Amino acid sequence: MPDTVQLSRRTLLKASAVAGGGFALAATFPMAGRATAVSSPADLNAFITIHPDNSVTIIGKNPEIGQGIKTMLPMLIAEELDADWDSVTVEQGLTDAAKYGPQLAGGSFATPMNWIPMRQAGAAARAMLMAAAAQRWGVDAASLATDPGRVVQPGTNRSATFGELASDAAMMAVPDPASLTLKDQNDFRIIGRAIGGVDSPRIVRGEPIFGVDTQLDGMVYAAFERAPVFGATLKSADLDAAKAQPGVIDAFTIAANPQVQLVEGIAVIADNWWLANRARASLAPQWDAGEWESHSSAGYAQAAQEAWKSGSGGEVFAAQGDVDAAFADADRVLEAEYSYPFLAHVAMEPMNCTALMHEDGTMEMWAPSQTPQGGQQAVAGYLGMEPDRVKVHITRMGGGFGRRLNNDYMVQVAAIAKEMPGTPVQLIWSREDDLRSDFYRPAGWHKVRAAVDAQGTLTGWADHFVTFDLGDGAYNPAAMPAEEFPAKYVDNLKFEQTKLATAVPMGALRAPTSNALAFVMQSFLDEVAHATGKDLPQLMLELTDGVAPEPPTQGFMGSQPGFSAPRLQAVTRKVMEMARWGEPVADGHALGFGFYYSHMGYFAEVVEASLDSRNNPVVHKVWVAGDVGSQIINPFGALNQVEGSIIDGLGQAMQLAVEIEGGAAKQSNFHNYPLPRMPMTPQIDVEWVLSDNAPTGLGEPALPPVIPALTNALFALSGKRVRSLPIDRAVFA
Amino acid sequence: MAYRVTINGETREIDAPGDMPLLWALRNELGMVGTKFGCGIGMCGACTVHVDGQAARSCSLPLSAVGEKQVSTVEALEQTPVGQALQEAWLEDDVMQCGYCQAGQLMNATALLTNNPNPSDGEIDAAMQGNICRCACYKRIHGAIAKVARDGETVDA
Repeated sequence: MPDTVQLSRRTLLKASAVAGGGFALAATFPMAGRATAVSSPADLNAFITIHPDNSVTIIGKNPEIGQGIKTMLPMLIAEELDADWDSVTVEQGLTDAAKYGPQLAGGSFATPMNWIPMRQAGAAARAMLMAAAAQRWGVDAASLATDPGRVVQPGTNRSATFGELASDAAMMAVPDPASLTLKDQNDFRIIGRAIGGVDSPRIVRGEPIFGVDTQLDGMVYAAFERAPVFGATLKSADLDAAKAQPGVIDAFTIAANPQVQLVEGIAVIADNWWLANRARASLAPQWDAGEWESHSSAGYAQAAQEAWKSGSGGEVFAAQGDVDAAFADADRVLEAEYSYPFLAHVAMEPMNCTALMHEDGTMEMWAPSQTPQGGQQAVAGYLGMEPDRVKVHITRMGGGFGRRLNNDYMVQVAAIAKEMPGTPVQLIWSREDDLRSDFYRPAGWHKVRAAVDAQGTLTGWADHFVTFDLGDGAYNPAAMPAEEFPAKYVDNLKFEQTKLATAVPMGALRAPTSNALAFVMQSFLDEVAHATGKDLPQLMLELTDGVAPEPPTQGFMGSQPGFSAPRLQAVTRKVMEMARWGEPVADGHALGFGFYYSHMGYFAEVVEASLDSRNNPVVHKVWVAGDVGSQIINPFGALNQVEGSIIDGLGQAMQLAVEIEGGAAKQSNFHNYPLPRMPMTPQIDVEWVLSDNAPTGLGEPALPPVIPALTNALFALSGKRVRSLPIDRAVFA
Repeated sequence: MAYRVTINGETREIDAPGDMPLLWALRNELGMVGTKFGCGIGMCGACTVHVDGQAARSCSLPLSAVGEKQVSTVEALEQTPVGQALQEAWLEDDVMQCGYCQAGQLMNATALLTNNPNPSDGEIDAAMQGNICRCACYKRIHGAIAKVARDGETVDA
């Protein structure tokens, strides 16, 4: 079993008996470098509980946003436990970094981070059940095996269910996780099976499982009025007028606290959210927008033009070879300007959170958050208390897409609830609030140049990137990596950047940076390919021909595999075969190709597109070849993620943009932020290229390449190059 | 003022302004939270209920306009043969990702198949295009509806 993702962390396990004769195995999976901060094993939470009736309860530790993690992580445990999946119940774990390690829905990290530790936890419990059976039967544990839900001795009629062995198993020594032999891939019974979501039966019955479904005795509802202009401050508001509205209980101002992303505004509290929200109209707030009111998307685009024209260049953040000589010596130089807009996340469940400030001063929250530990820290910091005094229930979420990596709404409801001790408060944002108070995918502008020699070889590559100055945070969604392809695969290269001042909040949107950069880089490489009489897959294969995989890098998870040219080559060849690349297509149709590597996943995609009578793009079919390692853990969830990513990416390419005007977001609801709908769904064919690598995540990497695959298809069709998103049909006129 | 509304066959009294959308009467006055808030302007379909058997967007239906009409919600969906068949198809095909829009999708699909038991692909697209799925599970939603339509046809034959 290949496990090339080295997860240097210590797994702690502890067994205990549970009331009624069951067996619980606790485990903790601290982050690399944080092992010493873990409390003693006695404090650990039960991860796996085997009940005397042979049912098994497994904790799903990570937040579920629709990526399938609440089903997938327990599958890993159940596989190595050799549980009968039908006897497994999954419970959502509370927010607790000491017990569970990272609880994060983001970065497609959960699969690589948990692939080994979750299986080790299951294998440890299985070993203890086998040890208990060996003791009971007076035989060598090595002579035993398991069938789903029971320990057996092959060749004899000895057999006992896990439930029958549970109380004895609790007395067995806990094995060292490193000593456990995990199953061979060929022996998997649960991993690799298409398994429906553990919450799905409750969802189709409309049961209350989302954050906004939280209901508590005496709960009241809050709506929040903030400035439409980012960075504006409050001058005045008519609180009394709002308080006089039907159903309104209170209205009060909340002061800004930028450290925890809390904006200034007015909370309106009512016994029904619609009444609270309606009363906002009576507030007549006056805002001081200051300099930020002059900011606009058009202004930023103009600033990009000026940055390029000034001739002074930008701050160089990647350089190799002698790029000036490469361009001076070039046989041909290509130059183009590419741009993409701000985008919003628009999760279907609008931002919301429920909070109760208890009379004893502790805070309890029901939080739809992709980073509940971060929210717990932020709320504790804001309230000036220790994080363990903020209890955070993790609710299922109606989508995340990166929006819920920011916990501004958690702090906002905490700020409201602290004014009303003993009363639970549910804060809900309207769709308009959601679209106009987002952390947007940053817009960006690229002036790209390529040098080609007389033999048609790409000899130089340069990009002057105009982006935003977002300060010195740990994570910058407006940054372009220095190793952005084709860096390292071309001899002479320079990346420089100019950063614009802004008050527009920005954050990670599904496949952050990649969802924008794939369009620019794969489109301009397509331009180079056409200019040199090639096609893009051919150029990609040539640029990476014979290049060995790069060495491992240190990332968020510790050591992770470096970029692998052979994996790029394999998915590229696969998708060419799937789409019959190079063969004739239907009249009026054309194919386009895109490749992108992100979140450790390799995706090559081909789009078949046409233009309708009004020059609107129509996508007929998408072929996807993906390499996310040796094993697809849950084919149901995996395919669903890819299909969703493809349609999400096509929507971004064809019809989505947030425009900043007068310092505020112009778009406000689905009439002017038109998400994809059912009729635009193309046929989508997906094939997995299984490779000798530990499995990695699928929430994101299938999205980026479909955007240039579409625009490259439209070029093949029309000879017109799309260099700005979303696609403007006037390009094809 | 108080309104008397029949929901899932039960008459409920709701003391709220007449212009309050049915959605917020269901969610905050009656605690029936299966019906979801998505946009508030009838553009996404997450709040779909049935009013006298027809799909209606409860975010845009004032309480005062319900009158004597029969309202049914996702909580009662499994009591109808078509609704139950769709719920089962949704689970067989593991249609959903986040699942938030699915109550509205199921309610809309049930109204479609109740009115037109054997829709064409184009009719499914047309009937369902008012329901947004941000996770874009459209291929599976469409497939599950088509499957129930096919199975219904087989049973009838």
